Amino acid sequence: MACIEARGLRKAYGTTVALDGLDLRVEEGRILGLIGPNGAGKTTALNAILGLTPFQGELRVLGRDPWSERDRLMRDVCFMSDVAVLPRWIRVSQALDYVAGVHPRFDRAKAEAFLAKTTIRLGSKVRELSKGMVTQLHLALVMAIDARLLVLDEPTLGLDILFRKQFYDSLLGDYFDGSRTILVTTHQVEEVQHVLTDVMFIDRGRIVFNRSMEEVESRYQEVMVRPEQVAAARALQPMHERQAIGRSILLFDGVDGQQLAALGDVRRPSLADLFVAVMGNQAGQAQGGGQ
Amino acid sequence: MSTPANAISDSPAMAPANISPLRRFYWSVRRELWENRSLYLAPLAVAVLILAASLIGTIHLSDKLRDASLDPAQQHELIEQPYTLAALLLMFTTFVVGVFYCVDALQGERRDRSILFWKSLPVSDLTTVLAKASIPFVVLPLVTFAITVVTQAIMLALGSARLLGSDAGTAALWSHVSLFQMSGMLLYHLVAVHSLWWAPLWGWLLLASAWARRAAFLWAALPLLAIGLLEKIAFNTSHFAALLGYRFTGGPEDAASSGNAMSMAALTPASPGQFLTSPGLWMGLAFAAACLAAAVRLRRYREPV
Repeated sequence: MACIEARGLRKAYGTTVALDGLDLRVEEGRILGLIGPNGAGKTTALNAILGLTPFQGELRVLGRDPWSERDRLMRDVCFMSDVAVLPRWIRVSQALDYVAGVHPRFDRAKAEAFLAKTTIRLGSKVRELSKGMVTQLHLALVMAIDARLLVLDEPTLGLDILFRKQFYDSLLGDYFDGSRTILVTTHQVEEVQHVLTDVMFIDRGRIVFNRSMEEVESRYQEVMVRPEQVAAARALQPMHERQAIGRSILLFDGVDGQQLAALGDVRRPSLADLFVAVMGNQAGQAQGGGQ
Repeated sequence: MSTPANAISDSPAMAPANISPLRRFYWSVRRELWENRSLYLAPLAVAVLILAASLIGTIHLSDKLRDASLDPAQQHELIEQPYTLAALLLMFTTFVVGVFYCVDALQGERRDRSILFWKSLPVSDLTTVLAKASIPFVVLPLVTFAITVVTQAIMLALGSARLLGSDAGTAALWSHVSLFQMSGMLLYHLVAVHSLWWAPLWGWLLLASAWARRAAFLWAALPLLAIGLLEKIAFNTSHFAALLGYRFTGGPEDAASSGNAMSMAALTPASPGQFLTSPGLWMGLAFAAACLAAAVRLRRYREPV
């Protein structure tokens, strides 16, 4: 059974289409990055998966319909978001009490052990904590829940680089055990690149790119082409071309490495470069379709 | 569920640990009390003020008890009055607290976006709304009852202490002030009026709170005002206003008949039987239930504001 399976997911706010027939399949045990520009439908997709918003189309999360079974589903799903903030009035100890009171899979000792490694005190109120500490607290709560799916929506937004690094280290080191599934959206593509097993790009409510990271690493190559060979390189049909420090950098999909090495310096493109290339092509297609 | 590796999860939390709906409800109510400490702090503060005032009031207590110019009924009323006033003041306080609580209950969590956190936990919208509704229906009447009874007992103790040295004697005071009877009356009033008779008010306020993006109080008040005015314009009648007035000023029993405006009896329906069989009560409860059902549904759809 797939962890998340969506077919033809649609959602419109008035005349604005947020999800335009989105298809998505996430197997269990994967760490999927869902990456897209602002307004691409990321948050709407996550809200549908979490049962926070009604939708059209087919969607099963862990075999359940999230909209009609949200509370039941939340026993197996955890959600953490930049915007799903902890209430400011709550004390750390009260947050632990409450989650322990309502969640059958919460391991309080684990959360307290995690908090002991931070500077957060049990008697503090959330309003007294810094933004980084609130995220740590939320992470402590989430990591102590034995969930099958963890959804992270811009989890590290607004945090400094030390916190961000620590965040993903904790997530991978202490939480991910190969059987859980993690779905993460973020703008900070570079940071999640080494964490992911799969990546999807979303644009205008559709998945436009869907690969495992192994595929990404084996298929895509970027060549800084020597000026005299630009024409030859273009003949190999690059996905994308950009200029940097006076040289052309061409991105190729599934072209033989040795062939490319003859044209210039070959390197593996970063996820961010790939994202820009794919999105650039999307925009081109959309314009072409419009004409 | 799919591969053997998944089945051999090392986590101890996989073990049963099922949580009953009642336990979720209990923690949801506690959560409300953590967030809204004014639910008990406000009446406690008022109780302290009442006790301070009654301490001053004891100065003339022995004069009142010895005043021969009064007939026994008047004297009884005079001695008992501070106790009734204390109860009325406390009930008024918790009523106001309850109104403010209800107006904010389902809007505040959207305003501070914490609704997304609450919804990330396995607690249904029904449980949440019922927990919030239990505050005006159950928790506040109980808080009012407990604080009022304790306040009245301390008032009586203060009065008795004051009279210890005087010739009027505490027995006279105790004969006028029957704590037990007052408590019974108070409890009946709280259940009958605050919980049951005013149920549509609480339901309506919670619904407005779930509905409104901002200014929930206006959303609660304006439609009522509008209906009343439109009825007046269209039919030149004021049945709706009369209906609201009837709901606010007491039970199905005509409030004017009991005469004494200062006593709780004025606001309390005469007999439980009459009260329980009045259609007004049941229509009100049905309206409240409809409001709560709508609030549950709205909370499901609502996003942070």
